[in-house]
Amino acid sequence: MQVINKDEQLAMAEELAKFEQKIADEQKIEPGDWMPEAYRKNVIRQMSQHAHSEIIGMQPEGNWITRAPSLRRKAILLSKVQDEAGHGLYLYSSTETLGISRSQMIEALQSGEAKYAQIFNYPTLTWADVGAIGWLVDGAAIVNQISLQRTSYGPYARAMVRICKEESFHQRQGYEAMYALSHGTPVQKQMAQDALDRVWWPSLMMFGPHDSESAHSSQSMAWKIKRMSNDYLRQKFIDQTVPQIEVLGLAMPDPDIKWNEERGHYDSGEINWQEFKEVINGSGPCNFQRIKHHKAAHQDGEWVREAVRSYKQKQVNKEINKQNETAA
Amino acid sequence: MKQEQLAVYEVFIRSNRGLDHKHVGSLHAESAEHALMYARDCYIRRSEGVSIWVVESTNITASEEGDVESFVDPMDDKPYRHATHYVLPDQVDNM
Repeated sequence: MQVINKDEQLAMAEELAKFEQKIADEQKIEPGDWMPEAYRKNVIRQMSQHAHSEIIGMQPEGNWITRAPSLRRKAILLSKVQDEAGHGLYLYSSTETLGISRSQMIEALQSGEAKYAQIFNYPTLTWADVGAIGWLVDGAAIVNQISLQRTSYGPYARAMVRICKEESFHQRQGYEAMYALSHGTPVQKQMAQDALDRVWWPSLMMFGPHDSESAHSSQSMAWKIKRMSNDYLRQKFIDQTVPQIEVLGLAMPDPDIKWNEERGHYDSGEINWQEFKEVINGSGPCNFQRIKHHKAAHQDGEWVREAVRSYKQKQVNKEINKQNETAA
Repeated sequence: MKQEQLAVYEVFIRSNRGLDHKHVGSLHAESAEHALMYARDCYIRRSEGVSIWVVESTNITASEEGDVESFVDPMDDKPYRHATHYVLPDQVDNM
């Protein structure tokens, strides 16, 4: 057991008060600042989950790179997937400022201890899914990430600003692909409808449980790690997306979607929370496959990391030899 | 010792919490600790910043401006990486 004496207790209370004041004053918390252990853990959990989502998210889309319907679509998709890898890197690096290592994070992902967005545990069955993901999944991510540009942890906020700048292309290319399909042949339009119907609900689940059910929400909101509640962001996404569905000329994926004049928002049906829980807890259609692929890719890349370490060791040896020669 | 014989340090200032450190200039100093103090005296006399980084210039590895075409490809042949490349109906163009 750790024994803390009275002076240390007082010093910690003082630090805590300073920390809380910074949060209250809308100041960012920066690496090296004192922070409560629970804050550090909470930010690590959220940021690493975000980073893992970027990385695992490459798989469903990557599935279509070799089968994209044209060279243009292939080049676009390659660029998008490349961006996701970059976003994962921004986020992993920013998370490392909290004192957790890259390999610890990867270990937590592969063991299932850390989560990633449940949406990526669904398969991409047709080309239209790629369009629907760009439009809806990136669209939902943008709504969330815009609010996170104001998160209280400085490196996270700055990573969000950088990422948001690059996201708009992702959503627009997806919508453009969906527009082409929904204004194409009846079969293409049906394909777009089918993708919308399948991707819609998991996209709404991306915002997490209802505010009343969310395990981490209240503390995260109090510390301004999260700035807006799950339900608020979900509603925002629904409100902005319904008119986009209308422009595509597709049927609503939820028969309960209806404009509510009084609320000034669209009403919508209830999410299947049982499905959400199952997918989060590992029983989604692709959970096993996603982690298996991640492990295999990580293992396949080991020779590159080995080469880097070996090169580094050679440089160190050279330096030692030089110093020995000078000394001799 | 001539000033020029002292190491050059690059100075980066964070003007406010939440913002990136930005390069503001450089100075000569005999140690990193002193560079930090000189930077404080020289660069933040009017509350220009809340945090300073000093990095010895020789520790910075820089790209060559002349290599820009082969090294820092601006990817101008990939216009589809920009949001503006996608023409969408007016009603949804604010996406």
